[in-house]
Amino acid sequence: MTISDTPLGSLPLGASDSAWRGFAAGAWTERIDLRDFIQHNVTPYSGDASFLSRPTARTTEVWESVSALFPAERERGVYDVDATTPSTITAHAPGYIDRSREIIVGLQTDAPLKRAIMPFGGWRMVAGALETYGYPVPADLETVFTRYRKTHNDGVFDVYPSSVKRARHSHLITGLPDAYGRGRIIGDYRRVALYGVDRLIAAKKEERAELDGMPSTEDVVRDREENAEQIRALQELVEMARSYGFDISRPAENAREAVQWLYFAYLGAVKEQNGAAMSFGRNTAFLDVFIERDLADGFIDEREAQELVDDLVIKLRIVRFLRTPEYDALFSGDPTWVTETIGGVGEDGRPLVTKTAFRFLQTLYNLGPAPEPNLTVLWSPDLPAGFKRFCAQVSIDTSAIQYESDSLIRDAWGDDAAIACCVSPMRVGKQMQFFGARVNVAKALLYAINGGRDEVTGERVVLDREPIAGDVLDYDTVWAAYLDLLEWLAGTYIDALNCIHYMHDKYAYERLEMALHDREVLRTMACGIAGLSVAVDSLSAIRHARVTPVRDARGLVVDYVVDGEYPTYGNDDDRADAIAVEIVERFMAMLRKHPTYRGAVHTQSVLTITSNVVYGKNTGNTPDGRRAGAPFAPGANPMNGRDSHGMLASALSVAKLPYDAAQDGISLTTTVVPTGLGHTAAERADNLVGLLDAYIEAGGYHLNVNVLTRETLEDAMEHPEKYPQLTIRVSGYAVNFGRLTREQQRDVISRTFHGSV
Amino acid sequence: MTMGTVPATGEPLGADGGHLAVPADEAGRLLEAGRSLELAARRAGNAGVVHSWELVTAVDGPGTRMTLFLSGCPLRCQYCQNPDTWHMRDGEHTALETIVDRLERYRGVFAATGGGLTISGGEPLMQSAFVAAIFAACRRLGIHTALDTSGNLGARASDALLDDTDLVLLDVKSGIPETYQEVTARELAPTVAFGDRLSARGNHMWIRFVLVPGLTDAYDNVEAVADIVSRWSTVDRVEVLPFHQMGASKWERLGVPYTLAETRAPDDRLLERVRAQFRSRGLTVW
Repeated sequence: MTISDTPLGSLPLGASDSAWRGFAAGAWTERIDLRDFIQHNVTPYSGDASFLSRPTARTTEVWESVSALFPAERERGVYDVDATTPSTITAHAPGYIDRSREIIVGLQTDAPLKRAIMPFGGWRMVAGALETYGYPVPADLETVFTRYRKTHNDGVFDVYPSSVKRARHSHLITGLPDAYGRGRIIGDYRRVALYGVDRLIAAKKEERAELDGMPSTEDVVRDREENAEQIRALQELVEMARSYGFDISRPAENAREAVQWLYFAYLGAVKEQNGAAMSFGRNTAFLDVFIERDLADGFIDEREAQELVDDLVIKLRIVRFLRTPEYDALFSGDPTWVTETIGGVGEDGRPLVTKTAFRFLQTLYNLGPAPEPNLTVLWSPDLPAGFKRFCAQVSIDTSAIQYESDSLIRDAWGDDAAIACCVSPMRVGKQMQFFGARVNVAKALLYAINGGRDEVTGERVVLDREPIAGDVLDYDTVWAAYLDLLEWLAGTYIDALNCIHYMHDKYAYERLEMALHDREVLRTMACGIAGLSVAVDSLSAIRHARVTPVRDARGLVVDYVVDGEYPTYGNDDDRADAIAVEIVERFMAMLRKHPTYRGAVHTQSVLTITSNVVYGKNTGNTPDGRRAGAPFAPGANPMNGRDSHGMLASALSVAKLPYDAAQDGISLTTTVVPTGLGHTAAERADNLVGLLDAYIEAGGYHLNVNVLTRETLEDAMEHPEKYPQLTIRVSGYAVNFGRLTREQQRDVISRTFHGSV
Repeated sequence: MTMGTVPATGEPLGADGGHLAVPADEAGRLLEAGRSLELAARRAGNAGVVHSWELVTAVDGPGTRMTLFLSGCPLRCQYCQNPDTWHMRDGEHTALETIVDRLERYRGVFAATGGGLTISGGEPLMQSAFVAAIFAACRRLGIHTALDTSGNLGARASDALLDDTDLVLLDVKSGIPETYQEVTARELAPTVAFGDRLSARGNHMWIRFVLVPGLTDAYDNVEAVADIVSRWSTVDRVEVLPFHQMGASKWERLGVPYTLAETRAPDDRLLERVRAQFRSRGLTVW
């Protein structure tokens, strides 16, 4: 009897005796249940960071040899491309950075930074990228993917209704994953390490047996086909690992294997899918169990434990996808969102902070700061003091950590949830999302005023609407027209997403990622809004000041004259903030009216990533006085310069947005200078901990903390366009750095860093 | 930015005339009546004139604080960074209750960060009854209080007010009377007397000294400040604040002649010399 023919439940435990030696048994030994394994075996750590190790010479050499390739990559846009091999889990021969020195191995292609083509999402994206970077477009592949093999992109445009095409063309709905991989699905990569692939295949076969017992309705047929694809992907994963000389059909026996198996599983996913965000999951407490066992057994020491984590993180830092400049314009900086979720508190009140949580953060010192992997701390005031302090210190030193509310996520999704991309929470292995990008609610307000015509082109995008007539805008009239426009937009938006995800499942199904999920998963339809602060301030101006529209020869409102003062979002002032809450709640309720593909649960995010600039570019003058083309504030941020009551007051405005109506996350990005946090390093860390506690306790969901260094401020002097929102504080006074004269900027730089420790 | 808001309670009745369907003379009488009510409330400490508020961290006292800037100041410091707070007329009439509501909202913030309320200005003791009422409310709510003052109007601070004050941020703007006069257009003596009183009462102090090259940086002037400060037993720290030009645009906007347009920030050497002068007297210096 081979293992792969055996259901998991009937497998004799003895098969895993050596792999699972010393682990406390539980439900996880009978069925696939990673949370249960962690709960039975985790060793929470409540101490400080003093145990951590610096990088070994080996780590530094490996990192230096790969980072030596970065300048050429930055200059050319890509380092290299394999233009002729459509990527699959097994398509490429093994690749190494430095085979003799690497502890953890595996690359997406046969060489570091060489990007693969992934044409199943859409051929145009591949062809466009190859042309951009000067690689010949292979004629045979073009024939295959334009004549013989339909892609996700083709499918979507076969079924889009005209209303969606109009809303998309006019940038009312933008960034839709209809020409690229949707991403934001997290495989439970830990399963491969704990159980080995044979057991996972056995469990999938059990699921298949259940499906075989059901009548062959459309849903069941699709589930069976997906199940067959999942099993095939798992078999390919074993084959890929074998090409590197490892047998991952069996469970990992020690810490090094656990890290390697985990990484192979993730690597299979990023070989197969070019998703908008390919997040890593919540792995530190899991890996820590293996590391603790090896440390206790004397197999490794702390230095070697850190080496494992450092080597893994090097791999995660060089995940690459081939993308077009248009895509990069939307998501600047070549991001991959290899998000790793760290910390948090369990449902039983025990912190899920382990020494390995510290080890992951330590990579920012050992390898230097980097945006990937996207280290995300689930923050709770109840986290151990030593960990809070270390997080704050790392934030101050590197600005590389983001924080999310542990309690909001745990209450909604349990204590084994991870973040996909930036702010999207999901139960690992039990939940996935249909990524929906976002609609522009600021532009929607202009459409409401103009009766559905575009304020830039004059084209009629929304039919059967009348423009608002008269001089001074009346709040009630505008609000009613806005709600009417948003109702239309919600329906059109869900229409678009249903088309997209039907076709994505059909033509670009995430076989491996979904193989690392349960059969029954909770799907969310992750909608999103951009331009919230512009819409809020515009409506506040209409309500509290006098706003007179300016019409052009076509009768189109193209500008607004604002007379008088009005409260703005971002000052902890309910007169403005209540408008933000109302928009979020109303639009969420409108979305929920429309049925979704596969019964997905409606959610929404208030997030723009870096696309706030592009949204702004495509939006005309707004009633808050913002000029046409000027960037929006990112995510749920208040508009820069209008939040005049300090960073925390601004954050407390954002914290009013109800998570119940934005379960895909609410993003806030903030920037502080080190001296804005205190005189000494200790005082700064303590104050940042206090700020995080205060914001999270007030109901805040997410916080990006930038603590800027002298180098950053100097860079901001040379390249002010990169820092539109850089605010600096001195006692009782805040100014936008970019608006200061050079002389004043120099003054700030010398002041800010004087006496810092 | 003027678009950001200050708490806008107690807007004068019919201030813009447009919302009231009454004859102009009637509106005028209502306006008068409204003003006298406001003045009565202020005398009782139930209301005050507020310039603005902010939540700040690591300045104006420990932790994250709500700093409340009151309008009105008798001093005319050459280096003032907030000349828009000099006049009561530029502020907004604000009820005590409005302030207390906001403080209650921030109790969690203060608890999490070890912060509290700081009243600054302007010169807060111009409205000492209002300050006393707010601090009394803070006592009830368990909120840490700090008073940021020049000490010039220290005589107006009642013992009850000082009993409710956890920390005084006392600006000693110069130590030589003539220099003090030149810097502030006021006398040094009341500040010294106030510091003596605070020390005698056991009120904790953080001393602040703004270092302005060519104006306050003379060795003897700093020695005089340090001598004064070192005789007060309740000083926890001295903050030497380097002069900056951040307030320059405000002077320009207000159309007030600004004498320090050409003055540079102190260099590191000068800052270190001055800090060492304080340190040599056993003071904790930042």
